[in-house]
Amino acid sequence: MAVSGVPAGFELRRMWTDERARSALFQVLVVLGLALLVAFFVSNTMANLQARGLEPGFGFFGDTAFFDINQKLIDYSSQSTFGRALVVGLLNTLLVSALGIISATVIGFTAGVLRLSNNWLVGRLITVYVEFTRNVPVLLQIIFWWSVLTGLPKVADSLSIGGALFLNNRGVRMPAPILENGFGWVVIFFALGVVATFFVGRWAHRRHMATGLPFPMLWVGLGLLILPALIVFIVSGQPLDWDMPERTRFNYRGGFNVTPELVALWWALSTYTGSFISEIVRAGILSVSKGQTEAAHALGLRPRLTMRKIIIPQALRVIIPPLTSQYLNLTKNSSLAIAIGYQDFVSIGNTVLNQSGQAIEVVGIWMVVYLSLSLATSAFMNWYNSHIALVDR
Amino acid sequence: MTTQPFFRQQSELLAERPPPAATSGVIGWVRANLFSGWLSTILTLLGVYMLWLLIPGLLDWAFFDADFHGDDRFACTSSGACWAWFDQRINQFLYGFYPSEQTWRVNVALALLIPALAPILFDKMPGAKHLRWFSLTYPVVATFLLIGGVGLEEVPTHKFGGFMLNVTVGLAGIVLSLPIGIVLALGRRSRMPIVRVLSLAFIEIFRGVPLITLLFVAAILLPMFLPPSFSLDLVVRVIVVVTAFASAYMAEVIRGGLQAVPRGQYEAASALGLGYWKTMGLIVLPQALKISIPGIVNTFIGLFKDTTLVIVIGLFDVLNIGRTMIANPDWLGLAVETQVFISLFFFVVCFSMSRYSVVLEQRLDTSNS
Repeated sequence: MAVSGVPAGFELRRMWTDERARSALFQVLVVLGLALLVAFFVSNTMANLQARGLEPGFGFFGDTAFFDINQKLIDYSSQSTFGRALVVGLLNTLLVSALGIISATVIGFTAGVLRLSNNWLVGRLITVYVEFTRNVPVLLQIIFWWSVLTGLPKVADSLSIGGALFLNNRGVRMPAPILENGFGWVVIFFALGVVATFFVGRWAHRRHMATGLPFPMLWVGLGLLILPALIVFIVSGQPLDWDMPERTRFNYRGGFNVTPELVALWWALSTYTGSFISEIVRAGILSVSKGQTEAAHALGLRPRLTMRKIIIPQALRVIIPPLTSQYLNLTKNSSLAIAIGYQDFVSIGNTVLNQSGQAIEVVGIWMVVYLSLSLATSAFMNWYNSHIALVDR
Repeated sequence: MTTQPFFRQQSELLAERPPPAATSGVIGWVRANLFSGWLSTILTLLGVYMLWLLIPGLLDWAFFDADFHGDDRFACTSSGACWAWFDQRINQFLYGFYPSEQTWRVNVALALLIPALAPILFDKMPGAKHLRWFSLTYPVVATFLLIGGVGLEEVPTHKFGGFMLNVTVGLAGIVLSLPIGIVLALGRRSRMPIVRVLSLAFIEIFRGVPLITLLFVAAILLPMFLPPSFSLDLVVRVIVVVTAFASAYMAEVIRGGLQAVPRGQYEAASALGLGYWKTMGLIVLPQALKISIPGIVNTFIGLFKDTTLVIVIGLFDVLNIGRTMIANPDWLGLAVETQVFISLFFFVVCFSMSRYSVVLEQRLDTSNS
């Protein structure tokens, strides 16, 4: 073979057998293909928008909304803007998600622990609850609870609980707290209590680590949280009153009303997610090997202390990551509110979309908001997880 | 002087005595499992009380006080449930608006699912190898049966409805999302940075948003992205976004499986001189997929339940059929009855799938415990 005359195809063939060159080529092709696809979509969209006479952009956020929202956490009227309507919706989503996450966690941990208890009957009952709620679509459960709640008696025949709570087909009416002058001081002292608890807790933990001396943190903490605020509350003459619901001819006056939509959505999301959480908790507790319990007992720890100091810290490591994704699922599932008319972010976005016709912008806002909620939650949970993770030696 | 050692001799064995009555038999079991402490006792009593409240009422409502036949809700005169709609409406619940003389096609497609699934679910079945070819062609056969074409009367997809729509969307989503999910999972672990970032972005975006917003994309945005001359059917668009959504979840499940394959397997494959695709196809993926089957089944359960969300964009799945029926004056207010019926259906399907995945997990569990 001649040394000088390198065949023309040789360089190319060598490039083909070189993995780096091949993967570079492949990546360039992928980027090109993606760019072409995006360009195709964008040009079609532009053409379609022009054909319908729509102007892309977020300028419509400032336009007047002309629709009402019955549940709002901030001031809103039909004369407010689309942008404000979306904020109201977002707050409603956050409200039901926060409520749901709290109650789902409580339900899930209780059910998970009860299912492991040595009580046969309770174990079976919890199993039935878990299997049934897990295997039925959550949308169906939301609609079911909503139709139960709207099937309650009319306002005239409201069910009364202790003369303060009234259940009817328009929701639950309950007393509203009225904060009078001086309640601010109670809040301030409560906040001081929180700060004090934090610092005392840190000091107690350090001392425990250094000297091994225990500190009754639970009682001291509770005392610090409640006592100062309670004393200020009594000294300043109990600046809190209740606005009791009062029967009028056709409805109730006073108090505040929780809509059946909110209650149904909250209840359905908590029981649904609670059943998943209970499985996670059960798996987490079971994942701690029996040797740990036995070792703790051998060291003379009592069962409750074994649970608190040995089993739960280890189980949490297994529980936290899947728990995070359940919280995210709950937040995303709260968008099913649209099916029963709870005015959450997606539902209000849908109204905005129909009124303004700006579909791309509204869907874009949905995606950006939910993605940031997801990423923020998982960032926080990752931080918490690394905080409690096993430190490798 | 000799001291007599102290001992006692028992010349024959004592007869066995039964354990104390309080720790064995029925009484022992009850004491250990129902009344082991004061808390347990309270819980047991509460549980019994709840059952005593619920069960008779539920049975009366569903069976003993219920009406099963009649032309409309006014025929239901007793205090319990009204199941009279069943006679007239069951076909709509099952097939939606599919032409009634053609519903045999849906049944055949469903029946063929059994031989198509069997070789995948039970790998020790005789003849599984040959049946796998049928499994591969099943999607085509089923699509042909449902939509029609050559020789069969064509049925437009807007006539799809009821359980049949849920099953169709769910099955199409799972069948399509599995290969895409595998590609995405491999992409996420790829050494090529651009491929890795793109796969990661796809997975995070589709996992991060609610399915409902994606359904709005299918209903409103997809037609905008495409040229006006090229119109995709709504059901097809829904299947596209459901597939994208499910593949993102599938990719994460399969990534878990890929991570569980020990490094030694990759290294051994490289030592044998296998390239990337052969390493993956022959060594890594078979093991990874086997590990991820329970996760895949769970994804499918989730996807199947999520098919009910199509009601928000106006498709007539079983939930919507039920809602429409109870808005009809003849059947007004039978919300609970229809919802109970539909939940039972979903429960039976999803519960059996989850049992299957539990059994599978136990079978695949090769650890010594």
